[in-house]
Amino acid sequence: MHRIALPERGTFEAWRDAARTLAGHDIPPEAVEWTLGDAGAGLFGSDPLPPGPGHPPAVPRAFLDLAETVILHRDPEAPALLYQALTGLQRRPRLLADAADPLVRRLRLLEKSVRRDIHKMRAFVRFRELPSAGARRRFAAWFEPEHRIVEANAGFFTRRFADMDWAIHTPDLSALWTDGALSFAPGAPRPDLPDDAAEELWATYFANIFNPARIKLGSMRLHMPRKYWKNMPETAQIPAMLAAAEGRVQAMAAAAATESPARAAAITARYRAAMPRAPERIGSLEEARAACALCTRCGLCETATQAVFGEGPAQAALMLVGEQPGDHEDLQGRPFVGPAGQVLDAAMAEAGVARDRVWLTNAVKHFKFVPRGKRRLHQRPDQHEVSHCRWWLDLERELVRPRLTVALGATAALALTGSGADLTRRRGQVEQTLAGPVLPSWHPSAILRQPDRDRAAIMRRDLVEDLALALSLAAAPAGG
Amino acid sequence: MKPDLARKLAILSDAAKYDASCASSGTTKRNAARGGIGSTEGSGICHAYTPDGRCISLLKILMTNFCIFDCAYCVNRVSSNVERARFSVEEVVSLTLEFYRRNYIEGLFLSSGIIRSPDQTMGDMVRIARTLRQDHGFKGYIHLKTIPDAAPELLDEAGLYADRLSINIELPRDDSIRRLAPEKRPETIRTAMARVRGAREASRDRSHTGKRPARFAPAGQSTQMIVGADGASDAAILSTSARLYTGYGLKRVYYSAFSPIPDSSAMLPLVKPPLIREHRLYQADWLMRFYGFEADEIASATPEGMLDLAIDPKLAWALGHRAQFPVDVNRAPRELLLRVPGFGTRTVDRILAARRQRCLGWDDLVRIGAPMAKAQPFVTVPGWSPGALTDSADLRARYAPPPEQLSLF
Repeated sequence: MHRIALPERGTFEAWRDAARTLAGHDIPPEAVEWTLGDAGAGLFGSDPLPPGPGHPPAVPRAFLDLAETVILHRDPEAPALLYQALTGLQRRPRLLADAADPLVRRLRLLEKSVRRDIHKMRAFVRFRELPSAGARRRFAAWFEPEHRIVEANAGFFTRRFADMDWAIHTPDLSALWTDGALSFAPGAPRPDLPDDAAEELWATYFANIFNPARIKLGSMRLHMPRKYWKNMPETAQIPAMLAAAEGRVQAMAAAAATESPARAAAITARYRAAMPRAPERIGSLEEARAACALCTRCGLCETATQAVFGEGPAQAALMLVGEQPGDHEDLQGRPFVGPAGQVLDAAMAEAGVARDRVWLTNAVKHFKFVPRGKRRLHQRPDQHEVSHCRWWLDLERELVRPRLTVALGATAALALTGSGADLTRRRGQVEQTLAGPVLPSWHPSAILRQPDRDRAAIMRRDLVEDLALALSLAAAPAGG
Repeated sequence: MKPDLARKLAILSDAAKYDASCASSGTTKRNAARGGIGSTEGSGICHAYTPDGRCISLLKILMTNFCIFDCAYCVNRVSSNVERARFSVEEVVSLTLEFYRRNYIEGLFLSSGIIRSPDQTMGDMVRIARTLRQDHGFKGYIHLKTIPDAAPELLDEAGLYADRLSINIELPRDDSIRRLAPEKRPETIRTAMARVRGAREASRDRSHTGKRPARFAPAGQSTQMIVGADGASDAAILSTSARLYTGYGLKRVYYSAFSPIPDSSAMLPLVKPPLIREHRLYQADWLMRFYGFEADEIASATPEGMLDLAIDPKLAWALGHRAQFPVDVNRAPRELLLRVPGFGTRTVDRILAARRQRCLGWDDLVRIGAPMAKAQPFVTVPGWSPGALTDSADLRARYAPPPEQLSLF
């Protein structure tokens, strides 16, 4: 029988070294007895470890992480269970991925318990300030962890509370951080720490952030088990808070509505008067833009981010009208800035149309979509939405007075001409309307969505041709 | 410390308690090894829990509860007679640091009533965050509740100091916002969220020189919606959430059961907060974010678009779609396993890893940690088939708590 006594500190490294040698010589788990600390060591004789490393075992990184945590558990079987898993891994390298294996399951539960304890120590340690003669402030705390985690957890506190001296005392071990150096001292009984004025403020905060109208004691106890309470000053108030809760809620319900303070009405009136509102008469594009931002003519405004009004020079000779803003346009509040906008930009550049010389807008001003997974999928606006939004489009045409308007896609063609006829037979030919000539063409999105690459290339060329034609027509003197 | 600091803290934390969020997770990793104080290491830490079951992770306070807005659901509205107070910048900074040094908190969650103007208020809040970061080298967590009507430049600066920004959507429907919070504008709220998303995306792109810009709100943005103050159905609430998640990349939508407030407005119901409904909404929200459910699938279980309060939404969906069950645990794809009542994402991951090594039986699933009592009508494994159980008429009754017995008159 091999008896291995592990030290209280540096337990993992000692276990790893012993386990490596034992496994290297194929010593089976049942031939090893593990003890912790001095207790028991040397009481019985132990076979000497075989000399040399033997054939050192290979283990996945995940096992070392698991072992480093589990070894801190107070369960005296923990080192033996880990050694059992180490030997098991030599036969089944993927053992740890098998959550249904009884040994793996047991180790995972031990691991979970230690991890939780580490986390709770980070959460529930409460420092009190000590008098300090030097430049660094001094703090100390008393904590009773469930497992032997102080050494492993000290790093967290050094990284967080680097600029102050502190000590965390526990029954097993004290961690001390002085002038930026970490040291450990043996455990000791609970020290007497001086009162700290901040604790009263903390208690005030704890009592007031509590909402008496919603009591969920089970949830509180699940996350903050009673065993930790005695070292957390704020928990002393819990009984009184609970006792008063029901009364506070009833008092709230019983209290009659009070009269508003005198100044309230004046403040409200002043603020509301200064809020943006739709201008009563729209005489300019800027007024139209402001009014459009507040539009609630159809339901689309509920779901879209914002109205995307047209942009460009107020006297543009050429107006381009798309279907509706897409995902990017909706977020940025500008037309044609997404993927379809890039297709349009490229086509305009090829046709010699300068983007900053045309008025760019859409038939519908709000983005219509359905959320799917992590994305928003474009949906075609219906006739009702197009006709409601015509009001804004007509206003833009009236204020900009372009010589020619290009309808990009079927929705724009419908909105501009009133005809929903097939675009295939209409594109590239000017149609006369009461508000001026309209040239239908493809929508850049239709080109993007076209699965047939040859067909997409033809449509792209069509669009460039149409834009070039539009440019020449718009340049011609009015009345032509 | 001044004697009135405690009074201010009482008022301004009491006023902040209706904000549900207290998260401190998911930001960049930082520590004080090279100066300053504080650290963030990925997972959030809850430093205490109050009897309402909520976690205290951050010092959650209002800078002031003076407010010029008149939101009916809010205790701090201008027309309320609640006691008012205002912290100075230095007081907030000092409280945060002193609490932090004693390990009471992970950082600061600062919100505020609106004083004088949205810009003025937001400017003061940004100053507090800047002082903590620049003058005190504070590396802990900062969450700023932003004011949507403030100047965009202030929002941009807030994102440089804060880990998380939040903008409350307040209510699930635009008409409710206009009715109950007349000074707030739904389109402005959404535009501000879009701006935060844009700034976050821009901060992740390297410039052409390969230089990384300053991180912008690395823990993302969140929002809060009040449940039960207007007539919105759960279906409406969930579809609003789905739009917020997809549109603005929100990390979280918090649902807050409308809670009676002192000196409340006559416009609102003075009833106990619908806590179970809030809980079911959180479960449904989880289904949308981690289980591949769409909003309309979840709420379609009932005709009125309300979630079943007696059973959880995943079970409710499964009971309404029994033709898809039972699923073979050893063969079903991940998406289908995630739909089994009782199977969480971790259980499913463990099943997928373990079944590569062996065929899983009932006892294996128990060891994996799967709640088989709940899942049994919906799964098959070698040696177990639910048979007629999946389609039995009284299946729902097995899960729903028995109706409360009427007391004898």
